[in-house]
Amino acid sequence: MNKQTDSAPSSFKQWILKRDVQRVLIIVTFMAVPLLLLLLFTYIPFVKMIQFSFYNMKYIGERRFVGLANYRRVFQNKDLFGSLLVSLYYMGGGVVQLALALLFASLFVFKVKGESVFKAAMFFPYLICGIAIGFIFKFFYFHGYVLDTILQMFGMKLENLPLWLQDTKINNIALAATSVWRYTGQNVILFLGAMMSVDSDLYEAAALDGCNRWQQFRYIILPSIKSIIVLNIILCVSGCLSAFEPPYVITNGSFGTATYFVQMNSVAHETQKVGLASAMAIVLLALIILCTVGQKLFFKYVFNNGTEDESAKAVKAKKKAKRLQRKGATA
Amino acid sequence: MIRMKKSLPGTIFDVLKYVVLTLAAVIAVTPVVVCVFTAFKTEDEYAHGSVLELPKSFLYLGNFKEAITKANMLRCFLNTFIVLVVVLVCSVFISAMLAYVLNRFRFPGRGLIENLFLFASLLPGIAMQVTIYQIMYSLGLINHLYGYMIVLMGTDIISIYLFLQFFENLPVSLDESATMDGCTYFGVFFKILFPLLKPAIMTTVVLKGVSVYNEYYASNLYLQRPELRTISTALYAFTGPYGSKYNYICAGVLITIVPLLVFFLLFQKQVYSGMAAGAVKG
Repeated sequence: MNKQTDSAPSSFKQWILKRDVQRVLIIVTFMAVPLLLLLLFTYIPFVKMIQFSFYNMKYIGERRFVGLANYRRVFQNKDLFGSLLVSLYYMGGGVVQLALALLFASLFVFKVKGESVFKAAMFFPYLICGIAIGFIFKFFYFHGYVLDTILQMFGMKLENLPLWLQDTKINNIALAATSVWRYTGQNVILFLGAMMSVDSDLYEAAALDGCNRWQQFRYIILPSIKSIIVLNIILCVSGCLSAFEPPYVITNGSFGTATYFVQMNSVAHETQKVGLASAMAIVLLALIILCTVGQKLFFKYVFNNGTEDESAKAVKAKKKAKRLQRKGATA
Repeated sequence: MIRMKKSLPGTIFDVLKYVVLTLAAVIAVTPVVVCVFTAFKTEDEYAHGSVLELPKSFLYLGNFKEAITKANMLRCFLNTFIVLVVVLVCSVFISAMLAYVLNRFRFPGRGLIENLFLFASLLPGIAMQVTIYQIMYSLGLINHLYGYMIVLMGTDIISIYLFLQFFENLPVSLDESATMDGCTYFGVFFKILFPLLKPAIMTTVVLKGVSVYNEYYASNLYLQRPELRTISTALYAFTGPYGSKYNYICAGVLITIVPLLVFFLLFQKQVYSGMAAGAVKG
């Protein structure tokens, strides 16, 4: 990358217009800002996180090197590592969400009057801000308010109903349900996108051949979205490990609803144990990377062999799913 | 679409289909609709009636007034608007320029850089904020709108992917013929390619716009002074003394939601296709 190839450029303008000079210039100028941002907000924090995880420190003030003590605490403290178990509720929710989304999306493939109204109603929760969702559901679950009133209409007695957000038997389920409420519509749109990429002739041909709807679902719809379903299941695992929003905005992690990230957040910003929080982050990151590698391997061995019942469309959907998978990991 | 002769199982299927979909739609909108009812109720109606009852009149705006003044929502909207415009414009240019260089030029380190961006998407955002906070603190960027904007731009991997994908489908012959005509590389990018990026720009604006409008975690962390709050965190003004005055809170919630609802209804198609293209799980 020698800018000064000309020993004596006749003028600055001529020099700047030379192709190779221009090439270097454009590469440098166009990449400077994004690279700086990437360094500043991804890699420097990442390296610092590894470094901090070996220290006992606050944001300001002195630091003390403590070796692996933070990591030991992450694994030994029941409140911290145990909070990963709370994720199981969200995984359960994830399965329900997937099944519902699959059902609704399949129904939309068949002709539905008022399709856009149904779709919009289901999808809109996805667009609502997390904090607003928090308030909506605090209200919804508040004792004697929305949910309780609805259940009373069905003949239940208020005094028999649990405190949805405080009762440790049920509160995590209530929270996971909000997550289902929020994301099902978005999943429907994704699945529907994959299903619609199948030629509609295929459905017509199948109908003419006397396929019933179950057969259409089983042999046309399902193969077309096989990979996106698998992808979603795997994404769900890493997504659930890092579940954060419902407990953070609705219960603030009280009454045993704190997930791993909610714990990490309070360790980092309330008690300011930055070292411990960093160690927690690294442990989770390791878990997520494991999931991602597993998911990559899964795709490589399960789908790349090109089983014979995989249509060209399915291959296309697979490629799309792979793209999604890369980006979905940002979640 | 599919046309079948109306057989009995077909009719049953149709009925079931609408029942299921209606049920789903009702469940999806109920929590929000109840909020709408509550937002229009007077203090008295709220205290004594059932939450599911309709308000006496949808013209009672007392709660909205209270919410707007209490949470200083106009100021919050202004903050959000400034952040939105700056972040969207910058993000579009930054990502499009980066994607152009990565897609069209071969140079040492190109693969490495692409992989660095790829790997960055794996790192869980909230975990990273622990150390990003420390960096923001030492750079003196906390409690400044521009600091918050820089964070939002800096952690933006999705739009880079969108543009990279899009460039792959733009024929290189476009660039070549323009360079033959004596266009500089800068000219090729700004005059020839950038106008063609419109669909990718749309997708980025939709996805990024919604996520910026709704972003609350970093906003809460880096904009702690009340007058800097964005609309997503404005509602925090209702925690504490307003703890259970849900008539005000619901009004506040609705005020934050309505702009999004309008946007969604106007750009439904773009929102759906943007979601499919950018599929980001919350």
